[in-house]
Amino acid sequence: MDKPLNLSDLEAVYDTLARAIDIAGEARESLFLTKLVLLLANRVGEREAVEQAVEAALQDL
Amino acid sequence: MHTPVTRPHASVYYPYQVYPFHTPPELYGEQPHYPVVIVGAGPIGLTTALELARHGVASVVIEAEQQVCLGSRAIVFTRRSMEILQQAGVAGRMLEKAYPWRFGNSIYRGQRVFRLEAPHDADDRFEPLNNLQQQYLEQYLVERVQQEPLIELRWGTLVTGLQNRDDGVRLELDTPAGPYRLAADWLVAADGARSTLRRLLDLRLEGDSYRGNFVIADIRIDLDWPTERLAYFDPDWNPGNTILMHRQPDHIWRLDYQLPEGETPEQALEPESLHTRIQAQLDMVGITASWELDWCSVYSARALTLPDYVHRRVLFTGDAAHLLPIFGVRGANTGLQDCHNMAWKLAFVIRGLAPEKLLASYSHERVAAAREIIDEAGKSTRFMTPPTPGFRRVRDAVLSLSLQHEFVRPLYHWRTSRPHDYHDSPLNLPGPDEHTFRTGPAPGAPLQNIRLAADDYLLDHLGTGFCLLWFGMAFPDTLQSALQELHEQGLPLRVIGIGMTDTTGVDQALADTEGHFAARYDAGPGSAYLARPDQHVCARWRTLDAATLKHAIRHALGQGNQHG
Repeated sequence: MDKPLNLSDLEAVYDTLARAIDIAGEARESLFLTKLVLLLANRVGEREAVEQAVEAALQDL
Repeated sequence: MHTPVTRPHASVYYPYQVYPFHTPPELYGEQPHYPVVIVGAGPIGLTTALELARHGVASVVIEAEQQVCLGSRAIVFTRRSMEILQQAGVAGRMLEKAYPWRFGNSIYRGQRVFRLEAPHDADDRFEPLNNLQQQYLEQYLVERVQQEPLIELRWGTLVTGLQNRDDGVRLELDTPAGPYRLAADWLVAADGARSTLRRLLDLRLEGDSYRGNFVIADIRIDLDWPTERLAYFDPDWNPGNTILMHRQPDHIWRLDYQLPEGETPEQALEPESLHTRIQAQLDMVGITASWELDWCSVYSARALTLPDYVHRRVLFTGDAAHLLPIFGVRGANTGLQDCHNMAWKLAFVIRGLAPEKLLASYSHERVAAAREIIDEAGKSTRFMTPPTPGFRRVRDAVLSLSLQHEFVRPLYHWRTSRPHDYHDSPLNLPGPDEHTFRTGPAPGAPLQNIRLAADDYLLDHLGTGFCLLWFGMAFPDTLQSALQELHEQGLPLRVIGIGMTDTTGVDQALADTEGHFAARYDAGPGSAYLARPDQHVCARWRTLDAATLKHAIRHALGQGNQHG
């Protein structure tokens, strides 16, 4: 079940993520993003939801 | 010796005309003194002159060139700009030619991923957006100015020096007939992004320059697509960048794209580079029609403003005062609101109806507007042209997700110039009933237009001074005497009665048989709205007495005890 953010929160997440990627730097970007997914998966607590999100993220690459 | 170009600019659609240079009286040994000199005969300078004339103030307009602008430049005019240009007397003529529109589309990998309709209210006279090349607007303004005895327009006159004193300005000018000096009480700097006056006063703009340069190119092509904004993200021919397309009259289309990293403006404007890129864009969207180039230019995205627009006797306006990102049609549309805000204040000061400190509110209100615009434009800019690798990565992720996921699509939201709300203006005087209004324009906001009948709207009736909208019941004797007193002091104030049965004492009565007007303004019998000459509300009341009205007007003229 999706829990959509309102637009201003979505924009705030957008900025936070962009700045964090810049802080991580090019060489560690993938490591940073993978850690982020694992942390969020731990917050979500639902294996199926995480697997569905992984599947969706693989689309339209 | 200043030698402006006297051969008409080339264009595939616009018939340029060279306006004559006339030797001014100063070069015959006369030394007239003018109340206002305006530098720059672009849309902002000319609108300032027309606004001042409407308020009864004469001006001289100085322009270095002898023809209207080269290329289409500003092509999208907002509803608020049209309302301002209606007062200047050119909106009707613009609409005969302009293309009105409402929809903006964002396209990624051939799919329309976002479509936004700019709000349009049934009470509005003008469409939210109107496309017309700046040359036409300038021409219409010039022709309006030529009919106006209070304005003298001097073509072919270049500013070379300025003395800015407490009691007025002395300009040094150069012309095809030689140099001269001109004296005026006030100077309006409307001389654009590369303002000479800003440089002569050694003033610095504050803010950011974004990375990247952009090409704008106008082509003539037979392409009968609807007038809508088209934004193409990350196309194969220009990876990572954004291409905008806008339709203009005379079979002209504007293309706007970012240059690849490291390329110079000169390289980007080489005919071969231009041709290849324009053709690549047309190929991508499936257009096979032949085309020819009319005009092209390079600009960089900047978000800068002077921290103060009033410097002794010099008032900065439009691009001379600030440089705003082009995304969101924020250049000319912001400038028109600037000069509309400034002109009545300057006129009232010159006519002795307001103290000089009223001009500080121009700076207060419009610098705040510029800063708010810069903030909003920043949000558009970081999506359209991501400033760092991180912003680029997140933007690209959003593009990819947007093909299938609704939740990211609002991030394409396309923020356009809107009328600024002077909610914290020192000229506002919110009444004790302010919190009880559920709708209607609050102090600081521009009046909401009201459709009265076919081709008949509220804003057609406002006149040039202050305006009191009075609702429902008979206009009290006490207010009539207050009005009489204000008129005797020379203050222009017009009372428009709405939905009244006994219309004694009002300048104009407007019927409101179905109560629509009153409902939109949340106004009961005896409610009143006071609007400044620039149509922005400064106070409103459920009940109004003479002392309160006089106090609110003094306050709006900068005579009150003010903060800010």
